[in-house]
Amino acid sequence: MNENRRRFLKQLGTVAGISLGAGYVSLAPSGWPLSLSDPDGEGGKPREKGLRLPENGFAVDPSNVLPLLGVARGADLDAMLKAAVDAIGGIRRFIRTGDVVLVKPNVAFERSAPLGATSNPDVVAALVRLCREAGAAEVRVADNPIESPAACFARSGVQRAAIDAGSEVYLPTPSDFRLLETPGATHIARWPFFWRPFAGVTKVIGVAPVKDHNLCRASMTTKNWYGLLGGRRNQFHQDIHGIIADLALMLRPTFVVLDGSRVLWRSGPTGGSLADVREGRTLVASTDSLAADAFGWDDLLERKGEPLPAYFAKAAERGLGNPDWKLTNVREIQVG
Amino acid sequence: MSAAPSPGPAHAPGKGLALPSWKPNLAPNPDGSPWWARAFRITNIRIASQAFFFGLFVFLLWVTWLSRLKGYPASLFLEMDPLVGFATALSTHTVYRHLWWGLFLLVPTLLLGRVFCNWACPYGTLHQVTGWLFNIRSNKSRIEKNRYRPLFQTKYYLLGVLLVMAAFGSLQIGLLDPICLLVRTFTVTIIPAVDWGLASLAAQGLTSASSLLFKPATPEPRVFAGAWFVGALILGLVGANLFIPRFFCRVLCPLGAFLGVLSRWALFRIDRDVTKCTDCDLCLKGCEGASDPQGALRKSECFVCFNCIDDCPEDALTFRLNPLPSIAQLVKGSVKDGTATLGGLPVISKNLAVEVKAPDVPRRRWLFTAVAGVVAFPFLRFSKDVNKRGFHHKAIRPPGSVAEPEFLERCIKCDQCINVCPTNVLQPAKLAVAGLEGLWTPVMDFSVGFCQLNCTLCSEVCPTGAIQKTSVEKKLGLGAYAEAGPVRLGTAFFDRGRCLPWAMETPCVVCEEVCPTTPKAIGTYDEVFTRWDGKTVTLNKPYMRPELCIGCGICQKECPVVDDAAVYVTAIGESRSDDRTLLLSGKKTT
Repeated sequence: MNENRRRFLKQLGTVAGISLGAGYVSLAPSGWPLSLSDPDGEGGKPREKGLRLPENGFAVDPSNVLPLLGVARGADLDAMLKAAVDAIGGIRRFIRTGDVVLVKPNVAFERSAPLGATSNPDVVAALVRLCREAGAAEVRVADNPIESPAACFARSGVQRAAIDAGSEVYLPTPSDFRLLETPGATHIARWPFFWRPFAGVTKVIGVAPVKDHNLCRASMTTKNWYGLLGGRRNQFHQDIHGIIADLALMLRPTFVVLDGSRVLWRSGPTGGSLADVREGRTLVASTDSLAADAFGWDDLLERKGEPLPAYFAKAAERGLGNPDWKLTNVREIQVG
Repeated sequence: MSAAPSPGPAHAPGKGLALPSWKPNLAPNPDGSPWWARAFRITNIRIASQAFFFGLFVFLLWVTWLSRLKGYPASLFLEMDPLVGFATALSTHTVYRHLWWGLFLLVPTLLLGRVFCNWACPYGTLHQVTGWLFNIRSNKSRIEKNRYRPLFQTKYYLLGVLLVMAAFGSLQIGLLDPICLLVRTFTVTIIPAVDWGLASLAAQGLTSASSLLFKPATPEPRVFAGAWFVGALILGLVGANLFIPRFFCRVLCPLGAFLGVLSRWALFRIDRDVTKCTDCDLCLKGCEGASDPQGALRKSECFVCFNCIDDCPEDALTFRLNPLPSIAQLVKGSVKDGTATLGGLPVISKNLAVEVKAPDVPRRRWLFTAVAGVVAFPFLRFSKDVNKRGFHHKAIRPPGSVAEPEFLERCIKCDQCINVCPTNVLQPAKLAVAGLEGLWTPVMDFSVGFCQLNCTLCSEVCPTGAIQKTSVEKKLGLGAYAEAGPVRLGTAFFDRGRCLPWAMETPCVVCEEVCPTTPKAIGTYDEVFTRWDGKTVTLNKPYMRPELCIGCGICQKECPVVDDAAVYVTAIGESRSDDRTLLLSGKKTT
């Protein structure tokens, strides 16, 4: 009798426990511990917190005495790069011992290097070596191409060159993207960003080819940051100039290298024929990507006299650079 | 009744959990053989072989990727599958590229029987491991489950129908061939699932997990049409082991049936010594093939797993060269009276039958399968989807594919091409696109990916030449192929009603930007336009130059109207077909 009562009470306890427990988690106000209550359906929505890049980006202190543009002409890319960077203060102005450096080339398409649709792998390698020699603890090379990443990095030669020069190559995988917040941006205030290569990075250097572009007329160092984004990039073309101005706001680099070793002067940004490419024999280094790109427009694309594409003015309005490169201090060096 | 725990050694106060003490047992076996003979038992060697081949199978799928395919024979298992070689020889009258490698499996089968099934077949291993892992049966129940059943004839009927259809030019062995089936299942379901898990681990901070990814450097997770169905099939087929051990291998496997037919000539088989056998049936306990080792061994069913030899308490079973097919005439005396002797030794077993040579399929039933195959061919081929007259506009084949009728003679639906495709554009065809005959064959879906310009990997891994080995020069129409021109997969079309510049006063032209041909196959009519709200915009309205379009589909993939793109590719204009050319000037002269 006693045992029977005990068994009954246990059973009753289980019934009451399950009922009360289920009642609590589904009905208790949403602030209470263990409550799952969600009367309006808002509670179940994902709320990803955006990441932010450092306030001033990755820029070093500005200088009033050094030239803003270093332009090196010649054929020896290593020496040219060094000369161009020396002109704006030398690599040690930018890279300190222990820095973790991200080098961002343009590897958007699966094209071999001579077709000029991607950053010259030899320039990428020279830049990696330069950072290494300056004491960088780690150099990373990353891009999120339009076409298949593995194919683009292999065909362009950037992967092999970057690895051989002593850097690590980051190709995008689904888990590599996080929401980035860029306050003040018109279109990409919150946008998926290729985050993994940025973890722990202290310096960022862009290295972009000089390319004609079907829509925005010219793709150089500023548009190059496009490759750091994920998500629905194919909407960008609806306001490409606004997007490029946003990109300039999103990423403030340590410095940029405009790779004018080749110039894709028509059929950009994909090209595909050697007839679309001419030798540029020029490398430009600058802390101002607008100045570098404007120089590329006048001197390398040889469109001097034609008005600059609208994104220059939009970015300059935000104080992100000076497209009037003739007013800035330029040092030009002939190498070899 | 009492709720108090009963005291046991594990709960004894002052004592932790007692670990069993382990000491190596180095004593010799009862028969005098040394201790290590126990470890080197033939069944252990068999397990090692199965593990090796399963590992090799997974490894070869892992290297089936742009950055890893450095001369590895990625499709080795498919190319060594003699059913693939034999059936494609029936359908095409040729033996493509590496398919002669089927001899590596054919010859051992003719010597030893179906060793492949239990020593190398990765699908067989999967079934055996499942049965072993989830076994809840008593030994008695296992013995009953491992007896031969007439149901096991099914695989021979399937084989017969599939081979007759192949002879007519419809190759359907890939629906059930275990290697094709398993490669397809890995490609479409298991690899994406494993990569999903690995990526989650990597996102949690275990970064080394990402180096194990089957498909590294893909910005988005890979998706496959009808993956749920392929996944449901493997769960069902593997789950069937819980009801009938080795269900697939015994009942459905056409490769097993093919090897079973060949096994009738095998020189070796399991032989039962009737002077030792006590008819205890313990040999059935672990019999994988349900081949009746306790009586007349069914040569065509035996997987040569050697479990029976291991389990026999009397050592009555041996694997022997050239055993006698019948011993009844050599036995003296009467089995019934217990006076029978064989070679001077008393016969203990009551059963003197020792061998059933051929598959248990009566001749009239073979005839039925032949008739069924003959009839099934027109049933399938005159389905509109695969017929020349009704071929689906979305059945866009990979570059290098032979024309559709030849394609259906060759494609085994293994989906290796889909596995290696870097952009995920290759998808297993659904019934709605390709009918039953083309089910799971590769088609391009440009809402998922696009055909990478300089990539010919699918043609590299195709074991049967449905996608002929194609160089980049041939694909792009360069050098010696300039006359023939590039391989065209189809042609892109604009839907002006959905296109942003054409229909919505909004700038765009992503399609022109990404078009990879030189010169671009997409041009624009440029127009400065005053919008409804008074703003001035420059609209670059795109149009197609069909003689330049190769149908790669990157325009469709990148079109911002993502759900139903404003530029889309259909199969018309594909260069592999004379029936579906588009332009008069593009017509082949042959």
